[in-house]
Amino acid sequence: MRSITQSTFPVDSGSVTVLSGTSSDSHTWNLVFLQLLLEEAGHRVVNLGPCVPDRLFVEECRTRTPRLVVVSSVNGHGYGDGLRMIRALRDAPGTGRVPVVIGGKLGVGGTLEDERAEDLLAAGYDAVFADGDTDAFTVYLSGPVVRAAS
Amino acid sequence: MNSPSAPVSFGAFVSASRDRGRLVVQPRMGFGDPERMRTGLAATRAARAATVGTITLDSYTRVGDHAAARRAIAAGGAALNGYPIVARPARETLDVLAGVRGHRFPVQVRHGSAGPQDIFRALLEVGLTATEGGPVSYCLPYGRTPLSVSVANWRESTEILAAHSGTEPEPHLETFGGCMLGQLCPPGMLVAISLLEGLFFVRHGVRSVSLSYAQQTSPEQDREAVRALRRLAGEFLAGADWHVVLYTYMGLYPRTPEGARSVLRQAARTCVSAGAERLIVKTEAEAHRIPTIGENVRALETAARAAEAEPPGTGGDPDSETYAEARALVEGVLEHSDDVGDALLRAFAHGHLDIPFCLHPDNAGRVRSYIDDAGYLRWADTGALPLPPVARRADPGAVTSANLLSTLSYMERRHDSRVRG
Repeated sequence: MRSITQSTFPVDSGSVTVLSGTSSDSHTWNLVFLQLLLEEAGHRVVNLGPCVPDRLFVEECRTRTPRLVVVSSVNGHGYGDGLRMIRALRDAPGTGRVPVVIGGKLGVGGTLEDERAEDLLAAGYDAVFADGDTDAFTVYLSGPVVRAAS
Repeated sequence: MNSPSAPVSFGAFVSASRDRGRLVVQPRMGFGDPERMRTGLAATRAARAATVGTITLDSYTRVGDHAAARRAIAAGGAALNGYPIVARPARETLDVLAGVRGHRFPVQVRHGSAGPQDIFRALLEVGLTATEGGPVSYCLPYGRTPLSVSVANWRESTEILAAHSGTEPEPHLETFGGCMLGQLCPPGMLVAISLLEGLFFVRHGVRSVSLSYAQQTSPEQDREAVRALRRLAGEFLAGADWHVVLYTYMGLYPRTPEGARSVLRQAARTCVSAGAERLIVKTEAEAHRIPTIGENVRALETAARAAEAEPPGTGGDPDSETYAEARALVEGVLEHSDDVGDALLRAFAHGHLDIPFCLHPDNAGRVRSYIDDAGYLRWADTGALPLPPVARRADPGAVTSANLLSTLSYMERRHDSRVRG
């Protein structure tokens, strides 16, 4: 995916952060915004864009050995799509124990119920963020998991 | 002559409503459960407004993953974000439509697919002939399909639909080209793509089309855009049945019910004053979740009342800046080839069409846009577009997450703050 901005932020020259939509989600503004937010936090971002098939997601995570993987979904299918993606990634050889987080409008009712967020964590996500909870995500980016991985 | 219950042609219904001075209003509505889908259509039909029905398809059907749609149906279907018209047997969809569609109530299928051949066959199988999309508008903003593949898919799909041209109900195809990315695309570009996709449909045999334009940040500029679209349609689509459809704001939406209604009423007024025949509404739930049937009905009625209170507009500058810009873009594209599909491909490859903030690899990505102090959406950088270069602002500055969010939430702020004082 091409760069969408002429970013002037100093970015980490080391490993990349993979940013991905889900297979069924066509929204892109969330991905444009998160790319900028991650770049401002010093991440070099590979933005896979919208409608990313599971196989491509796993392959990109395997070949790029990212420091962090961020999944974003706002179409209401994020819970089901997200579960499938993380299972595929955690089952794939050669992807190590890369930190993977997910956020957005993950259910058709908007906010995800607590037990469903627990399902996502149990399936292998390191964090689940509610729609619009940019502060919590920014705190996570400056926290020990991401710093240890970088 | 049709029997009283024979389904009406989509274009003919809109045209008859226009003659009666009534704005046609339409929801975006789709449910995985057939009974709920049927209830939604019946409620749309019963709303106190001139309405057309919508079956919005789910995201799995949109990307052609019918196996995932079938699994979701087997699990009850409630988790689907739309109606899976391909995965459901035709008889089930016929049951959804029985007694609902008819001579006073056409139904349009909305999908978002860059390869809608299966969808078009499925809707024709149940006697539906109105749908929407486009080779550019359902490709660049939303997915990974190469533009060349989408153009080939849409040639085939348009011809599948056009094979039924001349039979009742007359096939109708609406371009989604006036909605590219929902926000931050200057109106001249939206008008140009809408017109070009409409022309693509007509050249591939569809006789009844609608041209879309999505409400942006300035009512004045929106009226200019609708009028520009009408003038260009008159110039380029002679002989076809056409009308203009306005989409209520497609970007970040006000979070308060009052703010949401304020944007919707503004859109309805724009339709009447600038001459758009149909309006796609948005509900108070837009900022939060998929709306309920009741919320959709309230939005339809709110829009209809606002339209009835607005006097029809006349005049407007025929040679507006939006018209001139759209005309220059359309002519720039058509110079590439007599075939509209090939012309679109070459224009994007050369950056003669270019959508700001679009992540798709086939978009040049050299242009930038901004909202000026008066609320007009303008070019900050025209890249390789066949338009005069813009005088750069003193310091365009880097796009940051914070100022992007601020620009994206312009309408939300403006309409919510009126409420909050």
